[in-house]
Amino acid sequence: MKLPGKDMWLWTVPLAIALLLWEFIAGYVVRDPLLLPRFSAVIFSIYALRGVLISDILVSLLHFGIGLGLAFAAALPLAIAMGWSRSIFKAIDPIIEVLRPIPPLAWIPLAMVWFHLTHYAAGFIIFIGAFFPILLDSYTGFRDVPRVLVETGKVLGCIRDRKLIKYVAFPYALPFIATGTRVGMGVGWMCVVAAEMFGVSDSGLGYRLFQKFYFLHQMDYVVAYMLVLGLVALCLDRLFRHFVEDRLFKWKRGIVK
Amino acid sequence: MNHKLEIRNLTKTFNTEEGELKALDNVSIEVKPAEFLCIIGPSGCGKTTLLRMIAGLEHPSSGEIILDGKEVKGPSPDRGMVFQEFSLFPWRTVIKNVTFGLEIQGIGREERYRIAEKYIELVGLKGFENRYPYELSGGMKQRVAIARALATDPAILLMDEPFGSVDAQTRNALQEELLEIWKRTKKTILFVTHSVDEAVYLADRVAVMSARPGSLIKCLDIDIPRPRKRTSVEANMFREQLLMLLSIERSKASISV
Repeated sequence: MKLPGKDMWLWTVPLAIALLLWEFIAGYVVRDPLLLPRFSAVIFSIYALRGVLISDILVSLLHFGIGLGLAFAAALPLAIAMGWSRSIFKAIDPIIEVLRPIPPLAWIPLAMVWFHLTHYAAGFIIFIGAFFPILLDSYTGFRDVPRVLVETGKVLGCIRDRKLIKYVAFPYALPFIATGTRVGMGVGWMCVVAAEMFGVSDSGLGYRLFQKFYFLHQMDYVVAYMLVLGLVALCLDRLFRHFVEDRLFKWKRGIVK
Repeated sequence: MNHKLEIRNLTKTFNTEEGELKALDNVSIEVKPAEFLCIIGPSGCGKTTLLRMIAGLEHPSSGEIILDGKEVKGPSPDRGMVFQEFSLFPWRTVIKNVTFGLEIQGIGREERYRIAEKYIELVGLKGFENRYPYELSGGMKQRVAIARALATDPAILLMDEPFGSVDAQTRNALQEELLEIWKRTKKTILFVTHSVDEAVYLADRVAVMSARPGSLIKCLDIDIPRPRKRTSVEANMFREQLLMLLSIERSKASISV
């Protein structure tokens, strides 16, 4: 483990250089705010937009929450079944493998037809995006429980499958489930923007970015919202890692690292 | 005299891709209460299979296994087992590992912890209750495994080369500790090993198995009084007898292949 010290603030240097470069190229080389807005203009925009910004973030988070929650609720039981039972896996896996490569965005027409222009339409796209990573990583966790641990569970009194799953397979699979959820969150957030951009919704970060700002050629607003999108994703990821991974997985220390 | 464990005409045949594989051929043994019985034999002779059947992890093709007058039907905490591989649940602390079997049985928290403390102290790990397995050495892990198997107060303790994964010095220390534990708990112990030295040092009786398909060749009473000296003349005599039996069996095995 590295000692905190000079390394801790190293990242500020490339960042500062990049921002200065951006400002310079935008202001003195490109000189066209339609092609490349200046960094200072973008910061101004964030301030100017502070009213709608919060509500947009909340709406997008709502879509995200719906989709992620449903994806988790659907993927987890299926992962238990597929991981634990070889025959269930063989029966269901082909269907999964056909559906999985279909880009979530290709589901937009169906989402609009099924859910119209409600929050659930956007939520559905995120559901599609998050479902498969959560499913795959989770069933891997359940499938790969070491035999010695399962047998230890049995000789200590877990006779029925339900107890084995509860006391042995599930705790073992938890880190895998977390990884899958984290990946699913990443894909899900990217789907949020695209779903909203294509008009599945009438509010949210993606909707406003594409339908309003782009249409009106307010490129500084566009870039401002792009940054917000990235920052929200970063926050979500960091929060997840802190609350879920760091807390739950101190027992993995020394195994991987 | 009532036997603790009776094995009658036990035969096991596996169905593999290459056809039928007879692992055990008509094995019969009787184990006395509080006896320390070692089972040795050449590689592949089926001694692990025999132990696993007593534990209930495999089913006999024919024959009976009778513990305390009742036939064995499947795994249960009244037959404790310690595996050769490290089998602690990595997400549980030492004390939570030891209380596992008690937790499954529904015993209350305070009672569980009280019992577990007793056995943790017995194996010499007092103070390590809240450590995770990744923080323990190999020898310590196996000691926790022994405590865990004993915590459910099994009628018989089954050990499948439990000290095979640790270095030679730790192995000797663990053997001495095991004898101490055996003296204090008066458990019936069935101990499978490759090592003639280990068998002569630990056992009241040594059952020697033939090469595959395994059957019982000879039961040797080790009548050396305890505490035993590893390098005594009597120990050497028994060692020589056993080594000779084993080398005959080993050469039989290589011819029949």
